[in-house]
Amino acid sequence: MKYLLGRILLTIPVIFGVSVITFSIIHVIPGDPIQLMFRESGVSEEHLQAMRHALGLDLPLPVQYVNYVSRAMRGDFGQSLQSQQPIMELILERIPATLELALASFILSTAIALPMGLLSALKRNTFIDYIIMTGATLGISLPTFWIGILLIMLVAVKLGWLPGFGRIDYAVHLQRPTGFLLIDSLLTWNIPALKNTLMHLALPVLTLGIGSATFTARFVRSSVLEVMRQDYVVVARAKGLRERLVIARHVLRNALMPVVTLIGLRMGGLLGGAVVTETIFAWPGMGRLVIQAIYSRDFVLVQGVVLFFALLRITINILTDIIYVWVDPRISHI
Amino acid sequence: MAASLTTPLLQDRELLAPQQSELKRIVRTFLLSKIATLGALIFALFLLISILGPVLAPHDPASQHLKLRLAPPVGLGREEASWEYPLGNDNLGRDILSRLLVGTRVSLVVGVSTILLSASVGSLIGAVAGFYRGALDNVLMRLVDIWLAFPGLLLSIGIAAALGPGLVNLIIALSLTSWTVYSRVVRAEVLSIRERDYVLAARAMGASDLRIILRHMLPNVLAPIMIISSLRMGTVIISAASLDFLGVGIQSLVPTWGGMLSDGREFMRNAWWLATFPGIAISIVVLGVNLMGDGLRDALDPGLRQR
Repeated sequence: MKYLLGRILLTIPVIFGVSVITFSIIHVIPGDPIQLMFRESGVSEEHLQAMRHALGLDLPLPVQYVNYVSRAMRGDFGQSLQSQQPIMELILERIPATLELALASFILSTAIALPMGLLSALKRNTFIDYIIMTGATLGISLPTFWIGILLIMLVAVKLGWLPGFGRIDYAVHLQRPTGFLLIDSLLTWNIPALKNTLMHLALPVLTLGIGSATFTARFVRSSVLEVMRQDYVVVARAKGLRERLVIARHVLRNALMPVVTLIGLRMGGLLGGAVVTETIFAWPGMGRLVIQAIYSRDFVLVQGVVLFFALLRITINILTDIIYVWVDPRISHI
Repeated sequence: MAASLTTPLLQDRELLAPQQSELKRIVRTFLLSKIATLGALIFALFLLISILGPVLAPHDPASQHLKLRLAPPVGLGREEASWEYPLGNDNLGRDILSRLLVGTRVSLVVGVSTILLSASVGSLIGAVAGFYRGALDNVLMRLVDIWLAFPGLLLSIGIAAALGPGLVNLIIALSLTSWTVYSRVVRAEVLSIRERDYVLAARAMGASDLRIILRHMLPNVLAPIMIISSLRMGTVIISAASLDFLGVGIQSLVPTWGGMLSDGREFMRNAWWLATFPGIAISIVVLGVNLMGDGLRDALDPGLRQR
């Protein structure tokens, strides 16, 4: 408990730093966000000045920063320059799409990587090990967005097996109390919608999951091999414990601890990777939101989404630490 | 006095011999691994292409032939294909092979420069933090934590978009998200090295901090820095291509692999080769770098090799 409390306290300076960096985004760009967005639209300078004033961009920087933080702490990330909608509203609309994609990819990649990494380690230097590790090395070398494009070209366009764009067909009706389409279709027991959602999820999840799985599988393999060299494993074997029990009781539990940290980091990576994957699959999530904001030069919106991503990631890191303590009770006594 | 002056010199000479054989051992271990050698050869080949690209290119990568719009590559049995344009032509009729060859330079320049910049800045920050410890260490490591809170690619995209298009801006945007791993690793190494006898000896002899860091610590952290660099290079090349793909990269008339992929995406329905060949090029060079990195890690880190 004390360890976790300390861990949470340590994030306060990090959150402070994150706020300074995201605040700086719109101040390091040449010109200011208003000028960037409207310079080619022929809006008069007076009008621009009025907009700057409305956004508080004409105040001294420290004052702007304090305003920014105090608003952000109340959940107010400002307004999109383009749509004039509150940024928080835009984020909340899209966060379920991103989380659904990231979580599903996370489950897929862990489900592939754990058994593959373990198998590879247990069958070290055999044909199986070579096949798995060759696959993993190839997988790491393929750019995610290219895998996505290839999948769309092959599976969606050429074969027509699965849809390549969006979350659900417009024609499919679904009530959306949570915004997570899988959960919504289960809650309302809407089987056609569930099927449609799963079909739309397949390709983006595969795209995002493959890349992540290769990283994790390699890591699981080396972690398991590391543990298998430890004295307690040798002792367990020496006392005649069956190999299966040695693996289950001694190797797995210890090898999984560093893996938990890595998987936590990968989850953060998946959120980042979602930016590209969402763009390719026209997935209406936060990644696409931020890219569209960049295209329309709406830097206030970019700032808001980046801040939200960072806060989400900090939260995931804390959750990872909690799981870590749960898996390894020794930590809490340090 | 005379003795104390000669002893270190003698030690230096004694140390020199095992160092040379160590280098030999590393090179031998690396070359013994066929896969690592293959990786190095792939990388060397692409390096050569990046230097000679414009000379090797059979056509001007920018010249448009509207008659040849979306002409397919040879080998598919299609009539429009010609050996003059073996990989086909893009939507403006430009030669895909020439564009790939010329685009190699941009990819490698961005990859190598980003690694050099982030490795030097990151290692310096890590070395300073580990060497001076205390408050400075705390501040610098919190800085690393803050940076790590952002998803790397998203931060690169944001910075690249804010800085505007261009080669230098792309390198800056990628370096700003790559330095942290060096800081963490180098700091940990320096923390363990700074208590070693030879560092204490150097300090007792009155060596300056800078001299200790450069002369006694840097050589010892070089191995991990090289391992990280070779393993990160692939990630950086892919990130650079992603940024070009998303349209926040270089954005000039110079062809880039990521930009070609992005153009090709619109024509994937009837001209798959536009988006396929740049992806293959990226994958091969990244595979080469990764294989080289794995080999380098095995050669430089005997502890890992035994696994």
